Amino acid sequence: MKKKIFSVLMVTLIGMGIFTGCGSSAEDIGEEEETSAQTLTVSDPDYYTRFKGKGLSINVYNWGEYISDGADEGTLDVNKEFEELTGIKVNYTNYATNEELYAKLKGGAASYDVIIPSDYMISKMIKEGMVQKIDLDNIPNYSYIMDNFRNLEYDPGNEYSVPYTWGTVAIIYDTTVVDIDEEDIDWDILWNEDYANQILMFDNPRDAFAIAELMLGYSLNTENEKELKAAAELLKEQKHIVQGYVMDEVFDKMGSGDALIAPYYTGDAVTILEDNEDLALVIPKSGTNRFIDAMCIPASAKQKEAAEMYINFMCEPDIAYANIDYICYGTPHTAAFDMLDEEVQNDPAIYPDDDFINDKTTVFVNLSDDANLIMQNLWTEMKSAEDENSNRYFVPIFLIICVLIIIFVLVRRHIKSKKDIF
Amino acid sequence: MKLKYFSAPYLVWMIIFILVPLIMIAYFAFTNDGGSFTIKYVSDVGQYANIFVRSIWLSLIATALCLIIAYPVAFILSRMEKHKQGTMLMIVMLPMWMNFLLRTYAWMTLLGNNGIINHILGLVGLGPYKLINTSAAVVLGMVYNYLPFMILPLYSVMEKIDKSLFEAASDLGCSSASTLFRVVIPLSVPGITSGITMVFVPAISTFIISRMLGGGSNLLIGDLIEMQFLGNAYNPHLGAAISLVLMVIILVIMTVMNQFDPDDQVLM
Amino acid sequence: MKKLGKLYMLLVLLFLYVPIFVLIVFSFNETKSRSVFSGFTLDWYARLFHNRIIISSLINTIIIAVAASVVSTVLGTFAAIGINSMRKVPKAIVMNVTNMPIINPEIVTGVSLMLLFVFFAARMNLEFGFVTLIIAHITFDVPYVILNVMPKFNQMDPHLYEAAQDLGCSPLRAFRKVVLPEIMPGVISGFLMSFTYSLDDFVVSYFTSGSTSQTLPITIYSMTRRKVSPEINALSTLIFVAVVIVLIIKNAIENKAAKKSGTYKGD
Repeated sequence: MKKKIFSVLMVTLIGMGIFTGCGSSAEDIGEEEETSAQTLTVSDPDYYTRFKGKGLSINVYNWGEYISDGADEGTLDVNKEFEELTGIKVNYTNYATNEELYAKLKGGAASYDVIIPSDYMISKMIKEGMVQKIDLDNIPNYSYIMDNFRNLEYDPGNEYSVPYTWGTVAIIYDTTVVDIDEEDIDWDILWNEDYANQILMFDNPRDAFAIAELMLGYSLNTENEKELKAAAELLKEQKHIVQGYVMDEVFDKMGSGDALIAPYYTGDAVTILEDNEDLALVIPKSGTNRFIDAMCIPASAKQKEAAEMYINFMCEPDIAYANIDYICYGTPHTAAFDMLDEEVQNDPAIYPDDDFINDKTTVFVNLSDDANLIMQNLWTEMKSAEDENSNRYFVPIFLIICVLIIIFVLVRRHIKSKKDIF
Repeated sequence: MKLKYFSAPYLVWMIIFILVPLIMIAYFAFTNDGGSFTIKYVSDVGQYANIFVRSIWLSLIATALCLIIAYPVAFILSRMEKHKQGTMLMIVMLPMWMNFLLRTYAWMTLLGNNGIINHILGLVGLGPYKLINTSAAVVLGMVYNYLPFMILPLYSVMEKIDKSLFEAASDLGCSSASTLFRVVIPLSVPGITSGITMVFVPAISTFIISRMLGGGSNLLIGDLIEMQFLGNAYNPHLGAAISLVLMVIILVIMTVMNQFDPDDQVLM
Repeated sequence: MKKLGKLYMLLVLLFLYVPIFVLIVFSFNETKSRSVFSGFTLDWYARLFHNRIIISSLINTIIIAVAASVVSTVLGTFAAIGINSMRKVPKAIVMNVTNMPIINPEIVTGVSLMLLFVFFAARMNLEFGFVTLIIAHITFDVPYVILNVMPKFNQMDPHLYEAAQDLGCSPLRAFRKVVLPEIMPGVISGFLMSFTYSLDDFVVSYFTSGSTSQTLPITIYSMTRRKVSPEINALSTLIFVAVVIVLIIKNAIENKAAKKSGTYKGD
C-alpha cells in the first residue's frame, strides 16, 4: 500500500459563516460559527496533484440536488474545490431516476466517469457489464466506510462501488391540512380521497410500485406477475387523485404548498421541511424501502484514475461532511457521521433505529429482465390510462370535427365550381 | 466547372445526416437486439393506441384553437396601415423569440395550485381550482407556444389579398359575412393549411409541454418516444417503431392538407 | 367594428405577454414565492452571474450556434447554387429530402441523429459533445439556408453567369461578381434564421448533447425539473431584454433599408 504520511493542506474558502445544515435551524447558529471560515482539509495532497496541468476532465453524472454545490451561502462547492485542488475539470450533469441513468448509459449516447446509482441498479449494471472494477488501492479513504456498508448484497466483494449515502422513503405532508395523527399516517394516506389533487407520486416505476406493494403486503422485490398486476391496478385507482407524477419537482411543489402530500426520499424530504415549516415527515410504521446509493465507474469511462480520485475526494471527511450536511441523507462515512450535530445523528427521520431498519425496511434487489419488462409495461399503461370522464365525449366530438372538415371540403368545391362557371 | 457540382458536399451531408438516420429508425424499428428482423416492436405500438389517440386529439384541439384565435389577428394585422403592420407584427411575434422552455415555465408558475391565477381567484373567494397537470393545461401550453406559427402564414397570405377585392365584393352586393366566406377564407386557404401543419406537427410530438404542464399523467407520443430513449423505459427498438408510426401519421396529415392547397407550394 | 378589433388584439397581446411579465416581475421578488410579491431585490441576478453552469452553457450555446450557422450558410449556399442548376427530377428529389428536417417532428430528427451517432460512437472514436451537437445543428440549419437562397435564383437571369464567362471572367470571378451579389440577401437571412434556430433549439440538442457540453436550453430544462430558484426568472428577464433590443435594432435597420429602396418588405 502506498499510503504516504498525511500532510495537511488548508484551503480557505470564499464563503464564510452561515451553515444551512439539516436539523439546525437558523436560530441555532452561534456567533462563533458565523465568523469562522469553513476550511477544507484533505489528506495527502500529492495524491491529488499528480494530474495537474494535464488538462484532464471527467464527466460526473449524479442525481439532482445530491451534492453540496455552494448554492446556499457558506456551503462548499465540492466540484469547484476538486477542480482547484486537482486541476481536473468536472463536467457535472444530473439525472432524476435510476432508469434514466441506465437508459443514458446503455444507449451509448454519453460517456461518464463517475455515476451514483442505487443498490438494485448497481447489481443490474454489474450483471450487464456496464460498470468496471474499482481499484480500492487508489481510494485510501475507503477506510472511512462503515463496516455495515461493506459486502452488501448488490456488490458482495466491494469491487464495483463505494457507498455515498443511504436513506429510506418517507411521506411528507402538510400538518395544517392533514388532520390525522402522525402515529396513524401510513401509505394509505396516498389513496385518501379527502386529499384529491393534493397528492404527488413518484415518477418512476420501481419506487411507485414499491409503495403499492407495501400497501398490499407484497415483497418489494416480487417478480410474481399477478402481484405486479395487482400493484399496477392499485396505482391506477390512485391516479385520479394524484396531482402529478414527479421526481425532483417535489422540492418546488411541496415547498411552495402547491401539493400537500408526497412520498419522497428522506434526505430530500428533510431539506424540503426546511423551506416550509408547515410540513412534517413520517416514515410509515408498516415499513418502507431503504436504499443505498454508491459511486461507480462505468465500463466506458475514459479517465478511470481521475474518476477514482474523484471518488476518493468525495470520501474525504470534510467533503463527505459538507455533502451530507447539505443534502441531509444518511452517511455511511464514519468521520462525516462523527462531525454531524448530535441532533442530526439522533434524528429518527435520517437515522432510524436499527430494529426498524432490520425488521421493517427492504432494500431493492435487481429484478429479472422479464419482471422488469412487465413492470415497465404496466407502468406505461397506468400512466397513459385515460381519465374516465374524458373518454365519454371523445368519439362524438371527433366525429363532429370530421363532419366539419367534410362540410368545409364540400363548400370549397361548391365555391370552386361556381367560380369555374364564370 | 459545372455549377451543379457545387452541391456535392451538401448531397453527401444530406445522405449521411438526413437519409441514413431516417433509415436507421426504420432499421431499429424492424430489428431486435440481436439484429434479426422482427415486427414485434411495430405491432407493440398498438398497445399505446390510447396515447396516440390522446396526442392527436389534444393537438387537434390546440390547432383548432390556434386557428380560431389567429385568424382575426392575422386579418386585423393585414388591414392595418402598412407602416404600422411591421411594428405590430414584431410585437405579436416577439414572445416566440423567448426560449419556449421559459415560456412554458411561465405557465407552470401561473397555473399552480398556489400560483397567481388561483391566488387572485382566492382573493375574490373562489377556488383553488386544479389548473395545472390537466389536459386543458397541456392544450393551453400548445396554443400559447404555437400561436405565432399560425399567425405568420395566415398574415402572409392575407397581406397579399388586394384591398380592392373587398370594395368589389361590397359593390356587387356582398354582406361583410359573405365577403368573409366567399373572398377572404377561400383566398387564405394556403395560409390555413400551412398554419395547421406548422402547429399540428410540433404539437403532436411535444414532450416538454406535457411534462411541464401535464404532470406526467398526460402522456403524449413525444413522451413515449423520449421514455424509450432517455427515460424510464429504455427500449430503443420500440422508440424507433413509435417514431416511425408518428412519421406516417404526419405524412398522412400533410397529404390531406396538400389536397386543400391550390398550388404545389413548399410549406414554410 | 374597429374598436372591437382593437379590443381583440389587446386581449391576444395580453395572453401572449402576461406570462412573460409575471416571470419578469417575480425575478425581483425577495422570497422564492411565485404568487406573493414581498419585496424588491436584485439578488437573483447576482446569483445568476455566479452560477458557473449557466455561464458555461451560455458560452457553449453561442459557440455551437456560431459554428453551426456559419458552416450551414456556406454549405447551404453552395448547395442552393448546385441544386438550382440541376434538372427537374433530381432537383425535386433533393428538395424533398431537404424539406424533411423541417417537416419531421424535432423529436424524430433528434432521435434519428442520436441513433446515427451511437452507431458511429461504437465504431469510431466519436464522443458525444461539441462535435455531435454542431453536426446536428448544421443538419437542421442547412435546409433553412437553402430555402432562403433558392428563391433568389428565380429572380436572377440564368444567363448572366454564362454571359460573364463568355466575356472572359473565370468561373470563380463570374460567381463572385455576378451570382453572389444577387443571392446575398437570401444568404444573410438564411444565416440569421439558422443562428436563431441554433440558439433556441432544445429537442435535437437534448438527444445529441452527451455528457460534456450542455447548451443553455438544456440547462434551463434541468433547472425546471429541480428545486426551482428565481434565478430562472432573472435569466428569462435578461433573455427577454436581449431579444427586444435585437429586434428593435433589426427593425430599425429594415425600416432604413425600406426607406432607401422605397418599398417596404414585411417579415
